[in-house]
Amino acid sequence: MMNQFTISGSPHVHGEESVSKVMYTVVLALVPAVLVSSYFFGLDAVRVLLIAVLSCLFFEWAIQKYIIKGPITITDGSAVVAGLLLAFNVPANLPWWILVIGALVTIGIAKMSFGGLGKNPFNPALVGRVFMLISFPVQMTSWPVAKPLFADAVTDAVTGPTALGLLKEGIDAGKTVEQILSDPNMPAYLDRLTGNMSGSLGEMSAIALLLGGLFMIWRKVIDWQVPFSIIFTVFAFAGIFHLIDPTYYIDPTFHLFTGGLMLGAIYMATDMVSSPMTITGKWIYGIGIGLITIIIRLWGAYPEGISFAILIMNAFVPLINNSFKPRRFGVKAVSK
Amino acid sequence: MNEVLLFALLTLGLLGTVAAVILYFVAQKFKVIEDPKIDLVDDVLPKANCGGCGFPGCRAFAEALVKSADVNKSIDGLNCPVGGNDVMKDAAAILGLEVQEQDPLIAVIRCNGSKANSPAKIDYDGPSTCAFAHNLYAGEGGCPHGCLGLGDCVASCDFDAIHMNPETGLPEVNDKCVACGACVKACPRGIIELRPKGKKDRRIFVSCINEEKGGVAKKNCAVACIGCSKCFKVCPFEAITMNNNLAYIDPIKCKLCRKCVEVCPTDAIHELNFPPRKKKPEVVENTTEKESVPAASSDNKNETQA
Amino acid sequence: MKSLKTFTIGGVHPEENKRSANAPIQQLSFPKQAIVPLGQNLGAPSKPIVKRGDEIKTGQLIAKGESFISANLHSPFTGKVLKIDDLLDSSGYRRPAVVIEVGDDVWEEGIDTSAALKREISDDKQSIIDKIKANGIVGLGGATFPTHVKLMVPDGKKAEFLIINGVECEPYLTSDHRLMLEKGEEMLIGIKILMKALSVDQAIVGIENNKADAIKHLTELAQKYEGISIQPLKVKYPQGGEKQLIKAAVNREVPSGKLPIEVGCVVTNVGTAFAVYEAVQKNKPLIERVVTVTGKAVRKPSNFMVRVGTPVQMLLDAAEGLPENTGKMINGGPMMGKAIMSAEVPVVKGTSGILLMKKEESRRKTPQTCIRCSKCTTVCPMGLEPFLLAKMSRLERYEESEKERIMDCIECGSCQFTCPSHLPLLDYLRLGKQRVGQLIRSRK
Repeated sequence: MMNQFTISGSPHVHGEESVSKVMYTVVLALVPAVLVSSYFFGLDAVRVLLIAVLSCLFFEWAIQKYIIKGPITITDGSAVVAGLLLAFNVPANLPWWILVIGALVTIGIAKMSFGGLGKNPFNPALVGRVFMLISFPVQMTSWPVAKPLFADAVTDAVTGPTALGLLKEGIDAGKTVEQILSDPNMPAYLDRLTGNMSGSLGEMSAIALLLGGLFMIWRKVIDWQVPFSIIFTVFAFAGIFHLIDPTYYIDPTFHLFTGGLMLGAIYMATDMVSSPMTITGKWIYGIGIGLITIIIRLWGAYPEGISFAILIMNAFVPLINNSFKPRRFGVKAVSK
Repeated sequence: MNEVLLFALLTLGLLGTVAAVILYFVAQKFKVIEDPKIDLVDDVLPKANCGGCGFPGCRAFAEALVKSADVNKSIDGLNCPVGGNDVMKDAAAILGLEVQEQDPLIAVIRCNGSKANSPAKIDYDGPSTCAFAHNLYAGEGGCPHGCLGLGDCVASCDFDAIHMNPETGLPEVNDKCVACGACVKACPRGIIELRPKGKKDRRIFVSCINEEKGGVAKKNCAVACIGCSKCFKVCPFEAITMNNNLAYIDPIKCKLCRKCVEVCPTDAIHELNFPPRKKKPEVVENTTEKESVPAASSDNKNETQA
Repeated sequence: MKSLKTFTIGGVHPEENKRSANAPIQQLSFPKQAIVPLGQNLGAPSKPIVKRGDEIKTGQLIAKGESFISANLHSPFTGKVLKIDDLLDSSGYRRPAVVIEVGDDVWEEGIDTSAALKREISDDKQSIIDKIKANGIVGLGGATFPTHVKLMVPDGKKAEFLIINGVECEPYLTSDHRLMLEKGEEMLIGIKILMKALSVDQAIVGIENNKADAIKHLTELAQKYEGISIQPLKVKYPQGGEKQLIKAAVNREVPSGKLPIEVGCVVTNVGTAFAVYEAVQKNKPLIERVVTVTGKAVRKPSNFMVRVGTPVQMLLDAAEGLPENTGKMINGGPMMGKAIMSAEVPVVKGTSGILLMKKEESRRKTPQTCIRCSKCTTVCPMGLEPFLLAKMSRLERYEESEKERIMDCIECGSCQFTCPSHLPLLDYLRLGKQRVGQLIRSRK
């Protein structure tokens, strides 16, 4: 026969989207933050990033090849994203073996044991991070002090508390906000914005993270609702308490630019797989994360709450998906 | 002993006791009274929950059996195709009834439009489900009645009894078939039929359900039934009927004489598990061809390539 | 220009590729043998009233629409009935069709074949509907719903707006666009006729603003016709969907499971308006239509005026042949069209275009796992959750998918178009719709 035609159902054209495109867009969006952390932590940051990404790739490959014995899809970029986010969640001086264990938990337990990409109910990188935080609390909370690449290296391998840690400690010790802010270890306002402070790799620069977030929103990889609702809730809630008692509760912008809030709101909570499907659902989810975060930060045992908040809300996602359906066309139609 | 420990033990112990008492009364109050025979019958059923009996699961079938025995004093018309006569006898014994022996059935694939017999004229690109492809077009080979080869029957089978042969692109039924009828329902084209297994597993059937005119059918598939009526004329037992250019062999009237197989010009009539025949040279040619295929897959009785 | 309106929920932007937009409509020559399928309209197929060997004239009734939703069918050619047989059509199956040996073109008496414009509408309401029915007019947008049925407004309902669909949101296709440019005046008279039949005094022609020339041309013409306004719309697929167009044009939402008349609207296609003009003013039955032949590799993308029953092969020849690396032939546009099996398939009343895809575009990309990105939910113009419905269909959970409103799906294909995992979402949705439809019918 001269020509064998293909038969398939419509549509016969496809947009240019693909899974790996989505994943590599996220990777691209993380580049500014990677640069900032490399600037502040130097080779340490590069080391952590490489170990995390490579071990995530390795575990994904090994599990797909030897345990699942299915097709190998490490090139789709999802393991790279998980590795990068995992690295962003740890201090730059974390021993390599802890990081490898974290990667195993991230890929092995949080992702592959549920069936791999698209099936995991929780954000894999966060599960890895929380696992490490609980198992290795000392290593996970000894934060190296940021020392910009071109600044004079006065001391080597000095660790210092994070801004949030300082705050928590100070409040617990009964100090007022003013006293805490005057602590010499406390990063100045501008430093908090650019990331010149101690903390995990990805918590550094709010500006770099926001830049990546805007890029992802522009590329339609994430919706603006989730990050916005989280940030807004945290800001509003912290603001209310600050107004009630400014000596005990710090001003809300402090909460926005310290800790992992930006990282969590922009990159972790928006993870496609573990976030809700509908716009209303996304609002609920974001507000929930914001509330839980600020509750943990103000009254919880940990100085930082965003990871727990996201994981808790991840658990609610199936329920949110079931209860908040998109607005159906022609249902409860507006007559005139 | 530590005071705290004691307190904890006492509290929990007390709580447990209270809960147990509550549970006991609740269980008494909401007890479901069921005919004990249902449990007994349920025990002898195969627990495949395949739905082949027409009831949703074995438990429902057991209830239906007991109900029928109570009301009608017979369980005729109810049959578990999976368990067959043995299971039905056991069930009848529990209910104190007799049961009629029934011929065991097996799924038969009435299409031989393999990749060689009905070559693909187009290329299908879509999900592997016959139900969808059936809505879309006539099929890669062009026969609107033929097997689409996407395996809805395979997916529907709970007994691992039907598999696609990648070479022919057709499904094949093996010994594990219990005639539950799931594949019959799953096939959007109605190709699969449950037929009696036959003595020594010998069966003769028309492996085609194409109702188009002979010429059209033959154009798409080399082994289509062209409705020539030769088999109809030759059959001494009136077991063959002709409808819409298609022959059908009634398995009950058929005495397995194999005359129809010989006269079929397109080899659309298949015979299974017969010894090789000796007469007539042109038939010998046929037989050798047919012999070779079951030999290739000796342990699984080849349904499609008689 | 008025501000640009569009529908609110969902939508996608496929590449437009309107390669044939500047090709004027050409009259296609006649084939030697024509195949006229009997089921050319939505609803029951027409019943043939000719038999083998009959001599028939162009425009002669050859099959009657007998049930309520059915349409008359007329001979597109003069010649002899060779046979009435099952032949392959665009459904992918062999269906009954009248095969005509084509001779010289002699029209049935009483049909005005002159090109003279007849502006004055002399028929009254009932006689308009009768003429539309007698001449076998069906919706030419693709669904081929018999037009006379649409015009019979049920008791208790009142049509307020006539909405004319000139959106042509399908990529590639340009048949409506060319028709608006070349037969604008006739079309506007057709719209006036439809307005009279429905007793409405407002008609809105919705046109996407990628057809600026058509908007300009019709806006000028429409000044002479009271009550007809031209509404430019923002380009967004699937704006040509009936419900989406009503939302865009008059901001009303057709309730789920109801017809547009529920919100006082009747929607017809621009091609139908032209066919109505010819049927009522010239008594000419629907035997020809404009068909676009296009595709990335087609040497001469064109628009043809084609008689129904002409094999697709004739159109391909006129567009300078089938390109060598053609992998797929589509009856209709790339989003909702149906892939056809061979070029022997005839043009029918619902054929708006023949699209040829290159080999490399023809096959789908390998499906990957769903990453729950919710893009399908975002783009669905009906506010459904395609990923969920497709999954339910795959698991045969049809009752649940009915509750999730699978029957509201308009099969526009936006979900599958946008899916980054290349999942066959619409395929499963279609299957689910079919099964749920059976379920609903079995309950009655």
